Amino acid sequence: MDPINFVILAAILFAIGSAAVLLRRNAIIAFMGVELMLNAANLSLVSFSRIHGEIDGQVMAFFVMVVAAAEVVVGLAIIIAVFRARQTISLDEPSELKG
Amino acid sequence: MLDLTWLLIAVPLASSIVLMLAGKRANPWGHWVGVAASGSTFIVGLGAFIQMLGLDSEERAHAVHLFSWIPGGELNLDAGLLVDPLSMTFVLLVSFVGTLIHVYSVAYMEHDPNRRIFFAYLNLFVAAMLLLVLADSYLLLFVGWEGVGLASYLLIGFWNYKPEYATAAKKAFVVNRIGDIGLIIAMGLMFAYLGAVDFETVFAEAPAASTATLTAIGLTLLLAACGKSAQFPLQSWLGDAMAGPTPVSALIHAATMVTAGVYLIVRSAPIYAGAPAAQTAVAAVGAFTLVLGALIGMAKDDIKKALAASTMSQIGYMMLAAGLGPVGYAFAIFHLVTHGFFKAGMFLGAGSVMHGMKDQVDMRRYGALRTAMVTTWITFGLGWLAILGIPPFSGFWSKDKIIESAFVGEGAQPWILGGAALIGAGLTAFYMSRLFFMTFHGKARWTDDQHPHESPAMMTVPMIILAVGSAFLGLILAVGDRFAVWLEPVTGHVEHHEPVLPVPVLIAATLILVALGVWVAWRKYGAADVPETAPAASLSTIAARNDMFQDSVNRAVFERPGTHLTRTLVYADAAIVDAAVDKQAEAWGKTGETVRRTQNGQVRSYALTMLVGLVIVIIIVVQGGL
Repeated sequence: MDPINFVILAAILFAIGSAAVLLRRNAIIAFMGVELMLNAANLSLVSFSRIHGEIDGQVMAFFVMVVAAAEVVVGLAIIIAVFRARQTISLDEPSELKG
Repeated sequence: MLDLTWLLIAVPLASSIVLMLAGKRANPWGHWVGVAASGSTFIVGLGAFIQMLGLDSEERAHAVHLFSWIPGGELNLDAGLLVDPLSMTFVLLVSFVGTLIHVYSVAYMEHDPNRRIFFAYLNLFVAAMLLLVLADSYLLLFVGWEGVGLASYLLIGFWNYKPEYATAAKKAFVVNRIGDIGLIIAMGLMFAYLGAVDFETVFAEAPAASTATLTAIGLTLLLAACGKSAQFPLQSWLGDAMAGPTPVSALIHAATMVTAGVYLIVRSAPIYAGAPAAQTAVAAVGAFTLVLGALIGMAKDDIKKALAASTMSQIGYMMLAAGLGPVGYAFAIFHLVTHGFFKAGMFLGAGSVMHGMKDQVDMRRYGALRTAMVTTWITFGLGWLAILGIPPFSGFWSKDKIIESAFVGEGAQPWILGGAALIGAGLTAFYMSRLFFMTFHGKARWTDDQHPHESPAMMTVPMIILAVGSAFLGLILAVGDRFAVWLEPVTGHVEHHEPVLPVPVLIAATLILVALGVWVAWRKYGAADVPETAPAASLSTIAARNDMFQDSVNRAVFERPGTHLTRTLVYADAAIVDAAVDKQAEAWGKTGETVRRTQNGQVRSYALTMLVGLVIVIIIVVQGGL
C-alpha cells in the first residue's frame, strides 16, 4: 500500500477536525476536533517518516502525543471549570475577553 | 616671587569662600580678612614686580605652570599663568586700587548688616580679575572673565531688596552674556583654525592664518570686549550698574573690570596684526563710544551716572588707542592705568559726597560742598584736573598721546579718529567741569535735612592716595617713555610715527578745547545759579539724559523682534511639530479602534482566523517554494 494514502487520510481527518472546531458549539466536541487535528498531524508525521525512511517523524509523533496528553488534562479542567461557573459548555457563551 | 603668583588668585579666593561660609560670627572681623587678603595680593604683586624689574626685558615673560587642565586628544590644555609686563601692570593696578577701595569700604559700608558678604564678593572679584589678567590661555581667561561678571552681578545687586537694583544687576549680566558669546565663538574659531586656545600656540600660529580667519576672530573678540567694557553697542548696562554701592562702582565699573576689554584687545595683538579690518573696527567702536559717552555725560544730573558715562567715554579712548595697533597699545594701557587712578579717586569722592549728603546723588541738590568737605574737594579736584588732561597731571600724559596716535596714518582715517578724540577731549572738559562745579561750587542747594560733613579718615586716606596718583603717576611713567619701554616685550617696539598735524599744534588744540569746555561749564554751572530741578531742554539734551535712547533702541531692535521670534517659534512648534505628533497618535488610535472589533471574545472566530492564517501561510510556502 502506497504510504501517500495515509497522508491523504491525515488531510481528511484534519479537515474533519477543523470543521468540528469551527462549526460545533459544544466545547467537548470542539475539543475532540482539536484532538483529531493533532492525531491527523501525527499520522502525517509518521507517514512522512515512512516515505523518507527516517525515524525523525516518529520521534516527533511521540512528542506530540505527550504534549497532547498534557493538553487534554488542562483543556478538560478548563471545560469543567467553565461548566461549574456557568452551567453550560457552549463556546459562544463566554465572550467577556473581547476588546 | 614670580612662581608664587598663584597666591594672587588663591588668597582672595580662599578669603572669599571663608567669608561666605563663616556666617554671622564673622561680622566683627570679616571685613579685615577681606582687606588683608586684598593687601596680600598687592604685596605678592609688588614682590614679583621688583623681581621682574631685575630681569632683562626679553626674560620678563614668566610662565607658571599650575596643572594639566583639559588633557583631551586634540585639545590639550594646561592651566598656567603668564606673568609678563602687561599682566604685571594689571596685577599692580588691580591689587593696589583694590586694596585702597577695600579699606574705603570698611568705613563706607559700616552700617550695612551684610558687610562681610560685601567683602566676600569684593575678594571674589579681585581673585577673578587677577585670574583674568594672569591666565595663559583664552579659556582660563574666560574663567576669570565670567568670574568678574559674576562678582559684578552680585555687587550691582548687593542691595537687591530694591527691585530696580536687582533689575540693574540682571541687565548687566544679560548684556555681558552677549559679549561672552563673542569670546566663546572666538575660542571656537581659534580651536578650529589655529588648533589651540592658549596664547603661546595661538600667537605662534596667527601669522600663518588667513586674513578672513583672523578678522573673524578679531571681530568676535571685539564683541566680547564691547560687552565687558561697555562699548557701543553693548554700553547700556554701565549706567544702571551704578545701582551698586559706590566702592563697587569705583573698583569694578571704573578702574578695573570694565577695562578688561582693552586688556583682551591688547593681549590679542598678534591676531589684530593680521586683521586690519578688525583693528579698524576696534578703533571705530572706540571713537564712537568716546563721543557717545561724553554726550551722555553732559546731560546727566546723577553724579554716579555722569561718572559712568565718563568711564564709557574714557574706555572709548583706550579702545581707540588699542585699535590703532602697535602705535597705540602702550598708550591704551597707559591711559587705562592713569584712568584707573583718577576715576577710582573721583568715584570714591562721589561716594564721600553721598556719605555726607545722606545718599543724595542728584547734583542739582549739591553745590558749595567745597567748604563742607575740603579733603573730598581737593582730591576730587586733582582727579578732575587729571581727566581734563591739564599738564602736568596724569591724564595729560596718557590722553594726549592717544590723541597724537589717533592722528597718525593716511587718508581720512586720522582725521576722523583724531577729530573724534579731539572733540571728546573738549566734551570731557565740559561735562567733568559741570560735574565738579555743580557739586563743589556755586550756591548750596541742599535739602533741609542734609548736613554735609567730611568723611572719616578711613575713607579720605584712600582718596588722598589715589589723588596723589592722579596727580603724579602720569608724569612719573611718561618720563623717557618709561611705561612704553616697560610694555615693549608685549606690545613690540614701534618706531615713532609723525601725526598728520605737528604735535605742538595738537597739544595746543587739545588744551584750547579743554579750556573752552571748562569756561562754558563755569559760565553755566559755576558762576550762574543752577536750578534745583532739571529744566525743560532741547531734544538733544533729552536724548542725552535718556542715554541716547539706548534702552528704547535695544527694545525696538532686539527685544521686540526677539519676543516675536520666540512667539513665532512657539506657535510653529505647536502648529507643526506638536500637531504632527498629535495627528499621528490620533491615526494610530483610530486604527486601534477598528482592529479592536476583531477581538470579539468568540473562540470559534479566533479559530477561524487562525485557520485562514494557516491556509495563507501554506499557500505562500507552496507557491513561493520557501
